Amino acid sequence: MTVTTLRRLTGDQKHAPSAHSTLDVIRVLYERVLRITPETADDPDRDRFLLSKGHGPAAYYAVLADRGFIPDGWLDRMGEWHSRLGTHPDRVLIPGVEAGTGSLGHGLGLAVGVALGLRAQGYAQTRTFVLLGDAELDEGSNHEAIAYAAAIQLPLTAIVIDNQSATHGWPGGIPARFPGWSVSMVDGHDHDEIEHGLQVRSGRPHLVVAAVEKKG
Amino acid sequence: MRETFIATTTALLDEDPRTALVLADISADAFGPALRRHPDRALNVGIREQLMVGVAGGLALTGMRPYLHSYAPFLIDRAYEQIKLDLGHQDTGAVLVSIGGSYDAAGAGYTHQSPGDVALLDTLDGWTVQVPGHRDEVPAMLRAAARHDDRVYLRLVEQENSRAYPDAGKLRVLKRGGPLVLAVGPMLDPVLAATRDMDVTVAYTNTPRPLDTEGLRLLTEAEVVVVEPYLAGTSARLVSEALNGLPHRSLHLGVGRAEVRNYGTWRDHARVHGLDEAGLRRSLQDFLGTGA
Repeated sequence: MTVTTLRRLTGDQKHAPSAHSTLDVIRVLYERVLRITPETADDPDRDRFLLSKGHGPAAYYAVLADRGFIPDGWLDRMGEWHSRLGTHPDRVLIPGVEAGTGSLGHGLGLAVGVALGLRAQGYAQTRTFVLLGDAELDEGSNHEAIAYAAAIQLPLTAIVIDNQSATHGWPGGIPARFPGWSVSMVDGHDHDEIEHGLQVRSGRPHLVVAAVEKKG
Repeated sequence: MRETFIATTTALLDEDPRTALVLADISADAFGPALRRHPDRALNVGIREQLMVGVAGGLALTGMRPYLHSYAPFLIDRAYEQIKLDLGHQDTGAVLVSIGGSYDAAGAGYTHQSPGDVALLDTLDGWTVQVPGHRDEVPAMLRAAARHDDRVYLRLVEQENSRAYPDAGKLRVLKRGGPLVLAVGPMLDPVLAATRDMDVTVAYTNTPRPLDTEGLRLLTEAEVVVVEPYLAGTSARLVSEALNGLPHRSLHLGVGRAEVRNYGTWRDHARVHGLDEAGLRRSLQDFLGTGA
């Protein structure tokens, strides 16, 4: 159903490959992992998902529509005047969107703050997830967050979609950039593998590297 | 001022569980007791200013009220995009408290100075900017900021006036006479000294954003001089808008754009930028005429 929904989206040709690379992970998050529904979208103890890789949110919008957070009809007018759906998501305009993103390298720092805020308020079961692209890791701000989360053993889960799009690559592999984190390497299209990776609760920050086909 | 900030913020952390503190190493020792008492919401992220603001944005998204703190060049200049996106674009707020400001770190050179911090925040929407002229003006500002979720910047510097005016959110008139001279924050004492025998009106504010444009319009007749402790002309646009339709001349004094490649103390830099008593007197006489 989500794939069909995704096809309705227009106006995102530029970022179409990055939108599709995230589809399976976002589906698994919403269908199998996150404790959040349109009815609980404002509950303080809901699980949080932040799309740091705000480029190409078509898959995200398709899943939000399929799960009932936004009306299907919104998808037909993405990027148009008075549409709530831009080519980068805006939390102020879209129900269910936790963070407005687009400029790369912001989501992980925000997610660290969200996880800290939830922990400080005693929501021990609430989980925080953030999705990044492998090219996004080029942004230095991520590495401030990666090191700090490891240092304080902060239990949040970062997913990196690896479609080998970083200009200079990541010699040694992406996990080597996350010292102190537990790691799951999964096939970014295999829903069971993705779910297994996302369900890990290691008591420290957890990285799920979801490998998909190389960006063309 | 810094000590007052630390004492008040430590008390706020004790009193209000919604309050959080995020540091990037600067002042971490002074906040040691708070960091130990509230390890869940008094946080030192290390020398990571972008993360400091990002973490604050995340805390605010969960309903907490974060206070951030560092030297102005690191808190504002370095983390500008995080301030723009992780707070403003998310429609959340925080309380940013800087030290150092324009040239307190005179001996450290330009790397540790930020004359443009207020001008940078002026490119963004919804920021309250407070520039206390005395340490006793600081606690009420910090406590008021704990009671809402808006975006607030407190600029704390070493230079202080001889007395506090805690009620100077709007323009407060301290001397009545001819042309208006508006002194912002710690510029009050040098302005009062420079205008001691001049026929001018001197007004003071410690809250330049939002600027009390109504007060400005009421007090301005034909001439207005604004004296700010940061980049000269920062308030020129707002003053111009406030006086729209009123024929007037204006002069904007503050820190110059040119980098001063000398060290010394903040007093030396104030002198070079013409913000000491003698420099202000010269500028005012040039603008208003010797008969002022």
